[in-house]
Amino acid sequence: MSSTTKVEIRSGPHIKGPRTVEQIMLNVVGSLMFVCAFFIYQYGISAAASICVITAACLLTEHFFVRLGGQSGTLSDWSATITGLLLALTLPPGFPLWMGVVAGFSAIALGKAIFGGIGHNVFNPALVGRAFVQAAFPTAIATYTPSFLPGRFTEFIPSTLALPLMTPADALTWLHDKQLDALAAATPLARWKFEGVLASSWDLATSLSGHMAVGPSPLLILLCGVYLATRRFMDWRIPVAVLGSAALAALALHAVYGSRYPDPSFMLFSGGLILGAVYMATDMATSPATPRGMWLYGALIGLLTVLIRYYGGLPEGIMYAILIGNAATPLIERISQPEAFGTAVKRREKEK
Amino acid sequence: MSCHAPQAAPPAAQITSTFTLIRALGIVAGICGLIIVTSYQLTLPAAQANRRLATERAVFKVLPEAKSIAEFHIPPGGALTPAGSGDPPPGTLKFYAAYDGAGQLAGIAAEGAARGYADTVRIMFGYSPSCQCVVGIGVVSMRETPGIGDKIITDKDFIANFKALDVRLNDDMTALANEIKTVKRGTKTQLWQIDAISGATITSRAVGKGINDAAQALLPKLVPNLDKLSDRSKQ
Amino acid sequence: MSFPGVQDTRPNWDEFMEGIWQRNPVFVMVLGMCPTLAVTVSAINSISMGLATTFVLAASCWLVSLMRKMIPKEVRIATYIVIIATFVTVTDYAIQAISLEMYEALGAYIQLIVANCLVLGRAEAHAARFPPMAALFNATGMGLGFTLGLVMIGGVREILGSGTLLGVPLFGADFQPWVVMVLPPGGFFVMGAWLLLFAIYRARKQRPDKPGIKPDAVKQAS
Repeated sequence: MSSTTKVEIRSGPHIKGPRTVEQIMLNVVGSLMFVCAFFIYQYGISAAASICVITAACLLTEHFFVRLGGQSGTLSDWSATITGLLLALTLPPGFPLWMGVVAGFSAIALGKAIFGGIGHNVFNPALVGRAFVQAAFPTAIATYTPSFLPGRFTEFIPSTLALPLMTPADALTWLHDKQLDALAAATPLARWKFEGVLASSWDLATSLSGHMAVGPSPLLILLCGVYLATRRFMDWRIPVAVLGSAALAALALHAVYGSRYPDPSFMLFSGGLILGAVYMATDMATSPATPRGMWLYGALIGLLTVLIRYYGGLPEGIMYAILIGNAATPLIERISQPEAFGTAVKRREKEK
Repeated sequence: MSCHAPQAAPPAAQITSTFTLIRALGIVAGICGLIIVTSYQLTLPAAQANRRLATERAVFKVLPEAKSIAEFHIPPGGALTPAGSGDPPPGTLKFYAAYDGAGQLAGIAAEGAARGYADTVRIMFGYSPSCQCVVGIGVVSMRETPGIGDKIITDKDFIANFKALDVRLNDDMTALANEIKTVKRGTKTQLWQIDAISGATITSRAVGKGINDAAQALLPKLVPNLDKLSDRSKQ
Repeated sequence: MSFPGVQDTRPNWDEFMEGIWQRNPVFVMVLGMCPTLAVTVSAINSISMGLATTFVLAASCWLVSLMRKMIPKEVRIATYIVIIATFVTVTDYAIQAISLEMYEALGAYIQLIVANCLVLGRAEAHAARFPPMAALFNATGMGLGFTLGLVMIGGVREILGSGTLLGVPLFGADFQPWVVMVLPPGGFFVMGAWLLLFAIYRARKQRPDKPGIKPDAVKQAS
């Protein structure tokens, strides 16, 4: 037994939290793996190539900027991986790979690096990347192919393999050659908006019925969300607020103009609303930190999504809704600050 | 020259006299006026020639047989007159009569405009009196999204709508017999309908509305007077 | 804005090069952003806009310098603006006479040269203090520097936005245009990218021992 006792003096905080950034990120990546697997199951090797190439582009860009400037963040914090995976999931499966590289580069460069790296970004990087390619290649980003095509594990969607800088092959001609052009090659939202065709909500929620141009199953994403929320890797308030306000707004419009607008379940399960609500609106650096702020922020995003989908020029609105929500975050935090401990007493004294 | 605020007298040693200020401004204004007027006189012929060429080119594009053009005006409540110098009264309908090599009327060209996606889309359309239909369109100006809205000049299927778009007048010659309508792609069944471009519906509709509005206003006044225009040499 | 201590008032090469490189109006002084972002959708538009501005800049600086002794400082802004507006009008007429297509492509931005703070800035800061030849030299350099900046933005936007440079196709018929590049945001993206590159370059030059960069706050102006 030693005769001296060593006392180590440190400044607080003294209780080390069980979670590091890496750990949170790793869990998010883990849950995303299931979603990606489902996406590949739906669309085959085109989706796999898209996920790999876009994620690689994000990682390379991150590596380049971290080396170039003395920015915080490394590749091992997994944040660039998450950006890449999410970006790939929001793009059509047959999105040309070279455009995917452009999207990945702009996501990290414009969405993250110019603000100073991880934790400093104002907007969700994956959505910045998507917004950039939405503006640059509006035709390619609106070109979908139906899911569960036969031969999807042996053959690429031809647009995937477009040469760099070149126009992708026309997906409709390809479907026509395969006698598949009777299937839906537009997303359910676009079909509803431009053709008035309403898809069944159950099919949308499971994404299992073939021949629909939809992303991974919203139910699966919700399941992953529940896991992340119960393990406290993300705050449950934001997704609940987003989905709740979208559902309420859709319900109100459906109640008033029943014939013109579909019921809220179509609003919830179509497009990227659930993916956005669970994985993108909850991005810690770009959403408010106060509970009241989270409710406000989520409600704003949900409402904007409905407004853009119903009254905007584009069929899908979740991307711009979240970006606007991100931009409003500092303001929301300002008006939703809880009172600091003790200030209420002081104020009351002053008022006397 | 402020007549108030004496509190901030400039610390400058001397105060420039009013006369000096006026003289300086006067000289500068004189020199500048001279420069402007001279350059206006020098460039005017070339600018006018450019404008005429541009108009001719736009008309020839929608009426390929045309070899020469003449501008005409129909003032509100007035009769058809050749365009003279000076500004016509507001509300005047303007159009161009186009003549072929032999001096015979080849068609009428007029402008139409309607609100598109980004800004007003201005188009020129060619009208053929013999078939009472629109035989070609061209864009005068637009700011539609490149790659989407500008398909109205590149999309072959869309342009095919204007090979013979029916703009017949009704029996008492007060309006078009059938309103020109832009319909969803692939649903055109009548000669007065326009098949929209999928993905550029708003711009397609603007083209249809532009032609319809202009034709509804112009043709009832123009068609009864077509014989006045039929031969260039009679002008 | 440190003003060169002056006193060699003869026109010289350094005066000329100053506007092209060390104090480039677009990338260093960040002046005249309105036409810079608006008309640079193609290289040819950029060249026309740049040359039009150069003409206005050179001619008005020359005239301002010529009349600098007889213009009392109380009315100098008024006279400068009248002189600038004169040459903008002349340019406007000239472009209509040369090419109507170009006139329509540049739109209102020709008339807006009158409000380009680069022109008034040079008249006030340089031409009013130097003899005509020196003012002409400096203004021409500044104008060409402005043109260079516009062409560097317009060239990139044209290559990505239309797949051509000066109207010559570079990639063949299958090129996929980046629509965003010919829309207003494209101007901001390309401008920002150039500013970033120059900031990195300057930072590296200042601290050759340290490879990392801390982007200098770029001076912002209207």
